[in-house]
Amino acid sequence: MSKEIIKINELKRSFTMGTETVHALKGISFTINKGEFVTIMGSSGSGKSTLLNILGCLDQPSSGSYEIDGVSIKDLSKNQLANIRNEKIGFIFQSYNLLPRTTAIENVELPLLYNRKVNSTERKSRAIKALKMVGLGDRLHHTPSQLSGGQQQRVAIARSLVNDPVMILADEATGNLDTRTSYEIMSLFQELNRKGITITFVTHEPDIASFSNRTIVLKDGNIIKDYFNTNILSAEKELAALPIEDH
Amino acid sequence: MRILNLLKVAFKAIVLNKMRSLLTMLGIIIGVASVIAMLAIGEGSKASIRESISNMGSNIITIRPGAEVRGGVRGSASDMQTLTFEDYEAIRDEATLLSHITPMVNGGGQVINGSNNWPSTIYGVNPEYLEIKVVDLQNGSMFTNAEVQAAAKVALIGQTVVENVFPDGTNPVGQMIRFNNIPFKVIGVLEEKGENTFGQDQDDVVIAPYTTVQKRILAIDYLNQVMASAVSEEDAPEAVTQVIDIMRTQHKLRDDEEDNFSVRSMEELISTFSSTTEMLTILLVAVASISLLIGGIGIMNIMYVSVKERTKEIGLRMAIGGRGADILMQFLIEAILISITGGLLGVVLGLGATVFIEKFLHWPTSVALYSIVISFAVCAITGIFFGWYPARKAAALDPITALRYE
Ligand SMILES: Nc1ncnc2c1ncn2[C@@H]1O[C@H](COP(=O)(O)OP(=O)(O)OP(=O)(O)O)[C@@H](O)[C@H]1O
Ligand SMILES: [Mg+2]
Repeated sequence: MSKEIIKINELKRSFTMGTETVHALKGISFTINKGEFVTIMGSSGSGKSTLLNILGCLDQPSSGSYEIDGVSIKDLSKNQLANIRNEKIGFIFQSYNLLPRTTAIENVELPLLYNRKVNSTERKSRAIKALKMVGLGDRLHHTPSQLSGGQQQRVAIARSLVNDPVMILADEATGNLDTRTSYEIMSLFQELNRKGITITFVTHEPDIASFSNRTIVLKDGNIIKDYFNTNILSAEKELAALPIEDH
Repeated sequence: MRILNLLKVAFKAIVLNKMRSLLTMLGIIIGVASVIAMLAIGEGSKASIRESISNMGSNIITIRPGAEVRGGVRGSASDMQTLTFEDYEAIRDEATLLSHITPMVNGGGQVINGSNNWPSTIYGVNPEYLEIKVVDLQNGSMFTNAEVQAAAKVALIGQTVVENVFPDGTNPVGQMIRFNNIPFKVIGVLEEKGENTFGQDQDDVVIAPYTTVQKRILAIDYLNQVMASAVSEEDAPEAVTQVIDIMRTQHKLRDDEEDNFSVRSMEELISTFSSTTEMLTILLVAVASISLLIGGIGIMNIMYVSVKERTKEIGLRMAIGGRGADILMQFLIEAILISITGGLLGVVLGLGATVFIEKFLHWPTSVALYSIVISFAVCAITGIFFGWYPARKAAALDPITALRYE
């Protein structure tokens, strides 16, 4: 039996604004095993980002439990949470969140700065390796403003990989990319997944979901579907099948 | 995060916002520079006052009859007859820290030369007087001990007297003058000394053997005062104690009796004056410190804005593993770097300003090392203090709240 890496139970998250309370998550439970590639789908406002933020230890649930790699996050201090974010999780934000006026390589190095075990030479070589993996080996010293949206997104992906995370959480990581680039990214994710990294991927697009092995669908803060994919497509093959640039 | 990395990150943030960092530093720069310059002016004028008092002979010790009344009106010392020649002799023979000593009597009167008439003061002293008062002869010579013994009618006169009783420019040496109708032969002229610190004309004097003045002019056998010089300025306070001891024995005072004489040194006078300039210095520094404080508030303001502006960055740093302490240190180090750089530039500017004041305004200045140390320390502390609050605010943020901050 494979290891449970994410285990949530009756997870709720509500936001209070003045007198009004928004129930973004209304008690959801699921388990993700090591090595899974899960897509989370659902309409806008269904609670996907809220869920992902909790999974990424950026936010705390209002109630319910969350165990990461067997450890309940309720028992962890702020610093321990920071360590988990640093060493176990690679988080890709919907809006990239790169540091402005800072080169790609420095942006990618950032998580390693907070890891005392990594020295500066290793930091640099790992950042370069991660950037090469996302195909930006020739853009190391470009700042975000000198990069296209897709390239920025790939820098953000490289940043999430650089710490050799156990799991990657991506919030619409292909949301702003054209089909070709998103297929490229998906093929990279599939490759990482084959190496054993657990991936949780939020998306709106059903064709992206077909590259994963499991899909969870949210609606109004509840899970309405959770199914395994029988026909997992290979992004690499789909990419090859795309019509060659016709414009 | 390692300290070296923190330094790099902070340094980068400063460089990325060059202009803003510079403007922030400006407050600190001006603050530190003005503290240093103000203190240099204060110390400079203190030193120059000290020097001018020193010129009067800072190792001078005077012994007068009658108890000293501090801050009040002293009973006319010259009326008292309790200071005797024997007292002088005892001090001369027993005190080891005195280099020169003279008995002294003085009285006012008219200096007359033909039709020229000038009111002045005659001082009866012994030949050591010149050494004590640190005054040179411009012309002629000092009277000798033999002339003192013989109560010879010889005198030396100061420049003011020369100008008033010899207005035609004849060399006074060898001439006869009259002081209160007693004829004196002028044997020397004193070098010009100008006014002393109290505005008293030091050139309006007639110097004669104390025996002559005692017998022929005042008709007294006691002394108005005894004047001595300590072997060095540093030894003056110790010499004063010696003299007091000798005088108490001499006057057979019991332990419970107060002194019936007073011994003062110029050194005391200097400290009185120093405390006045000290007040001035404190005032100047207070003003300068306020500008340093304003510089500190500038840092707080900028750090506050910097934290607000970079809330998203803080959120991101936390999201990828930055701890509260890392964030706190990052902003704190940034504040410290700004204030220390500002402090260094301030020191440079302060020293420059001091040189300028000395060179072009001709004010006496003296840069005190402690002023550099203090203002530098103060600005580093201001940096930490005023950087702390915004930095702590940043560190306390929740990663998701910071990330969502617009
Ligand atoms: N900090 C917050 N304060 C108040 N309400 C919030 C907050 N964050 C999320 N919500 C609410 O929770 C609900 C779910 O938001 P969430 O961002 O998770 O949606 P989503 O599924 O990611 O949508 P999208 O696909 O548009 O990104 C929304 O109704 C939103 O208004
Ligand atoms: Mg979302």
